[in-house]
Amino acid sequence: MDRRNFIKAAGAVAAAATGPGYVARAAAQGGPIRIGLLAPLTGVVASGGKEMVEGFNLYWNQHGHKVAGREIQVTVEDDASNPNTALEKARRLVEQGNVHMLIGDLLANTGLAVAEYVKGNGVPYFIPIIAADDLTQRKRIPNVVRIAGYAASQMPRPLADWLYKKKGIRKVVTVSQDYTFGHEQCGGFVQTFSELGGKVVGQYWHPLNTQDFSPYLAQIQAANPDIVYAMETGADGTRFIQQWANFGMKGKMPLCGSMNLTDQSIIRNLGAESEGILSAAHFCEGNEAPATQKFVADYEKAYQKLPSLYGFSMYSGAMWLAAAIDAVKGAVEDRPKFLDAVRKVVLTDSPLGRPVRLDEYGEPVYDVFIREVKKRPDGKYWNVPLEVYPNVSQFWHYKPDEYMKQPPYSRSFQGIKG
Amino acid sequence: MTLAITQALNGLTFGALLFLVASGFTLIFGLMRIVNLAHGALYLMGGYIALSVASKSASFALAIGAAAAGIAAVGFVIDRFLLGFVKGYELRQVLLTLGIALFMNDLALVIWGGDTFTVPIPEALRGAASFAGVTYPRYRIFVLGVGIVVFILLWLLVNRTRLGALIRAGVDDAETVEAIGIDIKRVFVATFMLGAALAGVGGALGGAFLSLYPTADSEILVFSLAVVVIGGRGSLWGAVVGSLFVAMLATYGQVWFPELAYFVIFGPMALLLAFRPLGLFGRAA
Amino acid sequence: MTRAIRLRIVLATLALLAAVPLVLPGYPTTLATETLIFATLAMSIDILAGFAGRTPLCHGAIFGVSTYVVLYYVTVANGDPWVGAALGIAAATLTAMVFALLAVRTSGVYFLLVTLALGMVVWGVCLRWTSVTGGENGIRGTVRPAWLGNARDLYYFTLLATGAMTAAMWRFVRSPFGLTLAGIRESETRMRALGYDVPLHLFVGFAVSGFFAGMAGVLYAFFNSFVSPSTVGLAQSVEGLLMAIVGGIGTLFGGLVGAAIIIALENLVSAFTERWMMALGLLFIFTMIFAPSGVLGRVRQALARNGKPRS
Repeated sequence: MDRRNFIKAAGAVAAAATGPGYVARAAAQGGPIRIGLLAPLTGVVASGGKEMVEGFNLYWNQHGHKVAGREIQVTVEDDASNPNTALEKARRLVEQGNVHMLIGDLLANTGLAVAEYVKGNGVPYFIPIIAADDLTQRKRIPNVVRIAGYAASQMPRPLADWLYKKKGIRKVVTVSQDYTFGHEQCGGFVQTFSELGGKVVGQYWHPLNTQDFSPYLAQIQAANPDIVYAMETGADGTRFIQQWANFGMKGKMPLCGSMNLTDQSIIRNLGAESEGILSAAHFCEGNEAPATQKFVADYEKAYQKLPSLYGFSMYSGAMWLAAAIDAVKGAVEDRPKFLDAVRKVVLTDSPLGRPVRLDEYGEPVYDVFIREVKKRPDGKYWNVPLEVYPNVSQFWHYKPDEYMKQPPYSRSFQGIKG
Repeated sequence: MTLAITQALNGLTFGALLFLVASGFTLIFGLMRIVNLAHGALYLMGGYIALSVASKSASFALAIGAAAAGIAAVGFVIDRFLLGFVKGYELRQVLLTLGIALFMNDLALVIWGGDTFTVPIPEALRGAASFAGVTYPRYRIFVLGVGIVVFILLWLLVNRTRLGALIRAGVDDAETVEAIGIDIKRVFVATFMLGAALAGVGGALGGAFLSLYPTADSEILVFSLAVVVIGGRGSLWGAVVGSLFVAMLATYGQVWFPELAYFVIFGPMALLLAFRPLGLFGRAA
Repeated sequence: MTRAIRLRIVLATLALLAAVPLVLPGYPTTLATETLIFATLAMSIDILAGFAGRTPLCHGAIFGVSTYVVLYYVTVANGDPWVGAALGIAAATLTAMVFALLAVRTSGVYFLLVTLALGMVVWGVCLRWTSVTGGENGIRGTVRPAWLGNARDLYYFTLLATGAMTAAMWRFVRSPFGLTLAGIRESETRMRALGYDVPLHLFVGFAVSGFFAGMAGVLYAFFNSFVSPSTVGLAQSVEGLLMAIVGGIGTLFGGLVGAAIIIALENLVSAFTERWMMALGLLFIFTMIFAPSGVLGRVRQALARNGKPRS
């Protein structure tokens, strides 16, 4: 297996090369570029984690494992959906595996832990999936760049806007995993919703990996909102949708959620239970743009399944890295120059079908689709776009300085107006 | 009113599942004085076996049966070939089962992978039933039903059969039972297998509405411990009371006082262990 | 074992440990730092398990409480790391005392269960009291003083601290109080008959054990710059106990041996396969069946069997 041999080789190299000679040798061009890929292969978001690896590898398999004359070596480590494990593995990749850069992680708490670690040693860390707002807002770290990714609160805002204006929704209840990503997605949603005049009649927070949603479903039935916003990722999403259907709520009450809730990694294993759920995202596998459909077809051919957000994001991440490495002609050891190149990349061949670039705060600006889960003729379920909100930045309609004056979203601060 | 009924049902149905798992645990603990820390792993593996069988054969009943038989077999192996080595050393037995749990958990990871799975259930049990102004999942009511049936069967077994009499006698005083000529070892093995089978069935049923994933074993184990400590080891009624208590606390705690949700379960468990280690229904050795 | 021989072994070990950053810089030094920290944890567990005869499954929680307090105090309350360290140790000792109040009346398996439950209570609080502990996110931030920023400096500091704590623990278990604890392990009824206040001794023993676990927690805060509910979880308590058992319950230094074995094994096994947990489980099973007294325990038995007269 790649990883085993790689580690043995790296270990041998490291052992043999301790000392100042190593630094000189490492700086010499020509050796492989070692990328450490952290992904949750076990734990609550294991299904997404596997796809992260698949999406990333798909790009290199399609375009060859070489950029600017240097071989690309990817080492995969399992962060177990756990921040402590993510930190240990990051440490191992950097200190034992001598990787040139880290990429990946899925859950915001794992990303934050690793970001803190690389803050200390300057290793470039790329986070196409970690959506913790602050990493591109108040607590920016120079060597942590969100390539091909998104900020948590960026996506739900158009959804709240659309539901209020187009669907006449006035009362909402949120159910969410109790960690940064959940706080921020809900915060983005309820702040926008309440500023338009909507009412938030309840918010429920549960730990990651909650098996039993019945207590919350009972409360929701009692509160009787116009719609429920369910911020769930991974297995929690699967269980929520199943239990929602089993409680007879499906069809009786509209359901919307984070893009992760209706992500392929979840809905492809469910059936009719997922039909009709609304969400908002920059990636929509039912989008008819030719670039998207080509990507979907390629992915289906390679892995016999429709691509999820995780596969797509890591694919785009690989594309982004390849562009940056090419721009510096392979000299990734010159970190400031490499990071600069990363920030300047404009992804023109993105499967989104439109160019993607970073704003001055290091965060991509996207067209956000309002999506609904529908059944395809071949029986599979996927997200189709209902409407598009063009050029949504992480700051929505707010001015960046003004926005950053408000505290980051948390359990206690959700930005609810009135 | 609807909310109250729904929440009560949530607690009851979860309690039924806990009872299935904890009843096996309490029998093993009560009779053999073994705190089987591998009980959660038995649950999880039972669930996975049911998953595989149900997916291939589309028969839920067969899946449950396979889980029961499969895990009973595992229980036999554990008791005969592993626990036998540390007979008489309570603490070592406990720690041994801990090692078994780690091993089984990883083995399951190898065989079934790290994704979260749900055991497929027959069409008849899906969706919700409406009654008394409440819409409630059919499957959870089914689990409640199974829990009640198993309780009755276990009660009959323990109180109306010879094996049951031997188990009860063994819980009271294993030495004397041996002294009067009964091969207590066979009773032990039978009990362990029964307890394991119950855990396996628990996994099969739980796997359908709570899903199966690599850390599910430690979660259910910890709950089972709380149930058995509160209810008292070796006591079926204790398992019932303990299960309901823990399940209700978990259900209401999650929503009413989410910050203290675990505290409210393990706090009483710790207090009981400190002041009344035999729990509510346990009897002194 | 004569004092002279023991002294030589100790000095040799110290010399070996001191040479690590020079011979194996980089990742191995990081691993060695981690080993020392967990060795301290394992030894603190041994005080209770080996010397007082009560096997606990809660020391991960006690250890982690200290880490949480240090990280919270320094990153959120913007305090001084050394004051934070003192607070962390105090918090851990306090936690141990509270646990002790509830646990000292029990023994054997029930003691195991009480401590397990109490550890779970702490874990539950750390997981769900999001406003203070950060919940799933944990608390992160570099809390070690700037002059320990270098991996090598941190290692030497940890080595010094661990050495000092080991010496202190050794003195403790060899003291009259410590011998009383050992007596309680041998035969509680006898000690009671002799008039010793057993619960009080166990209480103090537990508190002392918690004190040292707390010190390990402080070192961990310095080392990891991050804490999350995993640190106070059951798995952490289990791993600490396993280290103490594999090394040898009742030998104190077994903690160091056990920690070294397990961490080395983990890194070795993980380089070739992902099946580390399976290996750990097998190690546990194997140890319980064939070597319940651990590595140092076996060594001790072997030495005793050789019948060499000790002066």
